Amino acid sequence: MKEAIVSLKGVSFQYDPEERYALNNVSFDIYEGEWLAIVGHNGSGKSTMAKLLNGLQFPQEGEITVCGLPLTEASIWDIRKKLGMVFQNPDNQFVGTTVQDDVAFGLENNGIPRDEMVERVHDSLSKVKMDQFLLQEPHHLSGGQKQRVAIAGVLALRPAIIILDEATSMLDPRGREEVLETVRVLKEEKSLTVISITHDLDEAAKADRIIVMNGGEVFREGTPEEIFSMDEQLIQLGLDIPFSVKMSKAFRQKGINLSKYYLSEEELVTELWTSRFSK
Amino acid sequence: MDISLQQVEYRYQANTPFERLAIEDVSIDIPAGTFMAIIGHTGSGKSTVLQHLNALLLPSKGIVKIGNHEIKAEQKNKNLKQVRQKVGIVFQFPEHQLFEETVEKDIMFGPMNFGVSADEARERAHRALKQVGLAEDILEKSPFDLSGGQMRRVAIAGVLAMEPDVIVLDEPTAGLDPRGRNEIMEMFYTLHRERQLSTILVTHSMEDAARYADQIVIMRQGKVAKKGTPEEIFSDPIDLVEMGLDVPEVVRFQLKLEEKTGIKLEKIYLSIEELSSAVTEVLSRGVRS
Repeated sequence: MKEAIVSLKGVSFQYDPEERYALNNVSFDIYEGEWLAIVGHNGSGKSTMAKLLNGLQFPQEGEITVCGLPLTEASIWDIRKKLGMVFQNPDNQFVGTTVQDDVAFGLENNGIPRDEMVERVHDSLSKVKMDQFLLQEPHHLSGGQKQRVAIAGVLALRPAIIILDEATSMLDPRGREEVLETVRVLKEEKSLTVISITHDLDEAAKADRIIVMNGGEVFREGTPEEIFSMDEQLIQLGLDIPFSVKMSKAFRQKGINLSKYYLSEEELVTELWTSRFSK
Repeated sequence: MDISLQQVEYRYQANTPFERLAIEDVSIDIPAGTFMAIIGHTGSGKSTVLQHLNALLLPSKGIVKIGNHEIKAEQKNKNLKQVRQKVGIVFQFPEHQLFEETVEKDIMFGPMNFGVSADEARERAHRALKQVGLAEDILEKSPFDLSGGQMRRVAIAGVLAMEPDVIVLDEPTAGLDPRGRNEIMEMFYTLHRERQLSTILVTHSMEDAARYADQIVIMRQGKVAKKGTPEEIFSDPIDLVEMGLDVPEVVRFQLKLEEKTGIKLEKIYLSIEELSSAVTEVLSRGVRS
């Protein structure tokens, strides 16, 4: 699993030569099959990262490699086939007048033969559990459903990597849950690599690994447990800590002896329950 | 300014084949100075209710009272402009509505549209900018050169510059990072107290509803499903879960703990501080016995 599928080496980018660097000498690897969350407050450089990974912008310095190919203007079309992106606003990413047309759009652009196209549209919509909605008009769908259709559109192109660029930030809690569950299942089934760019700490807690961005630089990298033990430092960075960590802290302050800060509510409940009877 | 909805019904595209009943028999009282949260799923009718609060929609049945104004179905409703001046709505993603060349002009637009002089509007713009926590040096900038968080604050300043008595917030923190969310909610809460506004918050966040609201209304399928104080609403969390709504994280945690340990705490706690104290007390009692 430790095979790098995306790698950034000394990447710097600025939108305007007068302004500070949006990304400053950033290097890290993303491994095949992992779920990596890139977190940071608004303005930390995480969205710029998304644009560079998909070749919407190119770094002024440094190099990005995707699936062994250096990312350049010449290779971008091949790379975009391997890397699908789901954007923030569900209403801004529809082109088709029906759900199935929308999913077919990317396939048509890539010149996929019709028979195969029909198969792929059905297949990817059933993967996101939206195959009951083939002929629906997108504006009749909920936010979570729209994002699932967007994921199907990406999936139909059979990418190796999916990037979620704040893809759940405009959804209600239920829609967010739907989308994340869909991605989680797909990741397992298709051994996709998932990069989620987010400031939702509960979303990040589900990842295998987290990179914290601040001021255009990689501030810290680690497992969710390592990152969330940063505690107050995360709040200073404009982020938050998950609820169960806050709860663990409150218990410790009250003198309850917990072995660690818990990332899952279930584990914390279990420890409280055991501690009561073990004494 | 008191607002009251009495048995309000609204139908979209009435008398056409596309007619759709959006809300019915909705009665809500919002006495002056209340902080009210309206909760419900997408499609529950909460946005329709919201648009009645400043007469953007007029009821198909029932009465909407806004201060001294009474808005009834099937009646000519005059002077709605006055109402709209007193009730400011901050829509979702209000930064999408910015359009002027400079921040100052954008904030001044609302009050001038209601007949305030340019000098007065400029003064108000400066005041409103301070209230939303922005520095004066951005007044001459184009709103489109600002960061997302700053743009949202400018848009909110535009509503505050109308000096409303009632402020209606439709998911005001959507899309912001945790710090931005916190700052914006604290800002509205401070304004609410200092200027003695009525605040109506439409939200998905049970945390914000529990933390800020005096009163909560839950909308479901176009009707009021439940109303009460946060304590009342969340004291029956099972009911909420059955309606497909979330409960605040801290309530969810208490339920899990009660289920696992078989201990029933005295009441439902709405903050981490209160819950951890209550649980700690029960645990230490357990040790003694």
